[in-house]
Amino acid sequence: MIPELGQLALILALALALVQATLPITGATRGIPAFVALARPVAQGQLIFVAATFGCLAWSFYVNDFSVLTVANNSNSALPVHYRLAATWGSHEGSLLLWVLMLSVWMVAVLVFSRSLPEEMVARILGVMGAISVGFLSFMLLTSNPFERLLPAAPDGRDLNPLLQDPGMVFHPPMLYMGYVGFSVAFAFAIAALLDGRLDATWARWSRPWTTAAWIFLTLGIALGSWWAYYELGWGGWWFWDPVENASFMPWLAGTALIHSLAVTEKRGAFKSWTVLLAILAFSLSLLGTFLVRSGVLTSVHAFATDPRRGVFILAFLALVIGGSLTLYAWRMKKVAPGGRFELLSRESMLLANSVLMLVACAAVMLGTLYPLFLDALGLGKISVGPPYFESVFAPLMAPAVLLAALGPLVAWRKGDAAELAKRMRWAAVAALVLSLFAPLLFGRWALLTTFGLFLSFWIFAGVFAALLARYRTRVKPTSAFAGMLLAHAGVGVFILGVTLVKSYEAERDVQLAPGGTAELGGYVFRFEGVQEVRGPNYQAARGTFIVTRDGKPVARMEPEKRIYRVQKNAMTEAAIDSGLTRDLYVSLGEPVANGNAWTAKLQVKPFVDWIWGGCLLMALGGLLAAADRRYRVPVRRREVPPPADATVIRREPA
Amino acid sequence: MKPRHQRLLAVAAGVALIAIAIGLVLYALGSNIAFFLTPSEVADNKAPKEAVFRVGGMVQAGSVKRDGLNVQFVVTDTAKTIPVVYQGLLPDLFKEGKGVVAQGKLGPDGVFRASQVLAKHDENYMPPEAAHAVSKAQAEKAAKSLVAPAK
Repeated sequence: MIPELGQLALILALALALVQATLPITGATRGIPAFVALARPVAQGQLIFVAATFGCLAWSFYVNDFSVLTVANNSNSALPVHYRLAATWGSHEGSLLLWVLMLSVWMVAVLVFSRSLPEEMVARILGVMGAISVGFLSFMLLTSNPFERLLPAAPDGRDLNPLLQDPGMVFHPPMLYMGYVGFSVAFAFAIAALLDGRLDATWARWSRPWTTAAWIFLTLGIALGSWWAYYELGWGGWWFWDPVENASFMPWLAGTALIHSLAVTEKRGAFKSWTVLLAILAFSLSLLGTFLVRSGVLTSVHAFATDPRRGVFILAFLALVIGGSLTLYAWRMKKVAPGGRFELLSRESMLLANSVLMLVACAAVMLGTLYPLFLDALGLGKISVGPPYFESVFAPLMAPAVLLAALGPLVAWRKGDAAELAKRMRWAAVAALVLSLFAPLLFGRWALLTTFGLFLSFWIFAGVFAALLARYRTRVKPTSAFAGMLLAHAGVGVFILGVTLVKSYEAERDVQLAPGGTAELGGYVFRFEGVQEVRGPNYQAARGTFIVTRDGKPVARMEPEKRIYRVQKNAMTEAAIDSGLTRDLYVSLGEPVANGNAWTAKLQVKPFVDWIWGGCLLMALGGLLAAADRRYRVPVRRREVPPPADATVIRREPA
Repeated sequence: MKPRHQRLLAVAAGVALIAIAIGLVLYALGSNIAFFLTPSEVADNKAPKEAVFRVGGMVQAGSVKRDGLNVQFVVTDTAKTIPVVYQGLLPDLFKEGKGVVAQGKLGPDGVFRASQVLAKHDENYMPPEAAHAVSKAQAEKAAKSLVAPAK
């Protein structure tokens, strides 16, 4: 009964989405107030029905209704309750439902926080989001119905993939999807502005906090995913340049470029067409990510060919969204005059360089991700593009962007002063250079790349410090947006510091130990105490005990496990991690050897690895400060504000 | 500087950046692509010498020998086999009779020295390359058995 109600709610949500995608936009174009007024209640209704659908699915998981196919495939009666709820979005169907739920949440957020926007604008924005919603809801109903029945019902479920039975999995997908879907707001703002024919600083000011908000969620989602891979996959890696990871990283890069370009459009009225293009790209890459992960092309291009329904649908939807928005862009954008003038050395040019670099890096990642798929699809052989490709392309492209990130905030808009810039940066730069030359000696090994990485990190800190000092001297109270920008930049510095140190000084050792045996790594002595059997709710585990000491003093007691999950019979390495500010100790248990008298194990020391996620957290916090800036909360009525001198007004097409 | 010169400079900088990026991409692609071969293709001497490649198939039942951290096993595509040696911990889903993909170099003695062993996380899941190797070998076998009676 409950699943049928869920199905009904899903169909009703689609009906509302169809209304939302058509009538309000028509109303805004033709000037029919009744149609325009529909946007808000219809969007609210959609949230109610999508939430009801989601609730019904979650309920089916909660009560172990194994007559629902998704539940039978992804849950089990022995699965703890919180993982049963997380299993709601652990499945293909459920994750799509989560996507649409997030979209409805963003829609309602837009209508709640858009009181200062003209009603026609809101109608257009919600109309565009409604059209996206139509795409996803019909995708679910046509190819991935979450409420498909399994008759006769399965006696028990096939259980959730053990890798997903983890607290990180409870939060990672919702965060990531909030980010992915959040870019639909920036996209809808851009499309609405193109339809409306007005692209100006006010438009940029409206879409800025939304873009930043989506970017915050995406940053946190990616960081959570990386952290989850680090402790759950059991081998201590934190980024694999796996296609699934790249799928979330590409929209992040485009989104970061968009945030910086929006800053110029808001403050100076320049780069309008570039900003709109980036907004379209960021959301298109979010859709591409969804396509890559959800169509099955990554598992095998051939699996995609044998059951092409899902893939073809998303591909067609992707083509429609990207093609349609680019056509609209080409049609409307040519009327936009260039914005404010600026010199070669100016904040504008630095922000432009930054967003171009981000986009080029994004293209390089895309090439490495899609190239093997293309070759395979064309039958030209199977290849794999390894992490070294991504590292050797990505790092050189990002290094100049990082160098600019420190300078950007110090340079004036329109026309910068080179002498002034040199004066402001000079001592900070010398300090960064000296520190990065000598800091590697603290770790006992000097290498050029280490120094370079450290220099980038210290250079950013130096830039942040110089910007703070300059602001302090002017006695102007810094805005929350300014503080947020510097905090996010400092986060990039912390991130680079973590990456550089862990890449340069991590140590690992595979060992074979009998109980009582010891192994030394990086100054730490690991003593193996032995292994005992333990029973979990839905798994059996062998739990090893390691006592770690340094110079004879106890450091940690670590208990890695090797688990066998009862239903899926999968072995899983559950690593033990001792986290610290300056290093993580990481132990994963291998297998019994020598007739069960000894075990193999992997020991790792990872210096400053937690700084990687700490840096991401700072970036997100910086974004939060920036999005919370007062000026976004002061209502701006477009028609009442005299347009800035350099604002461009596109002539409206007669309807 | 006149605005026209400025625009020219910006375009030149953009072109230079893209040229650098393309150069980087080509260089990195050239040295970091690993081709995938089936055991039959290795047996036909199609394997690159001195270059890293991937080989995939099933771990032959009864072929895994462990000596502490050193592991030997045989990868088969049901037609041909290739011996593999590896030092280190194996992934969780490495099992006899299951799919596996190994990345490394072929030694002069015909033994594949793996630097990395991949097995994905699902009991039913076959690494796509491994499944490809087995189905290809079986297709060739089937083709041969069709040809044989005609002789």
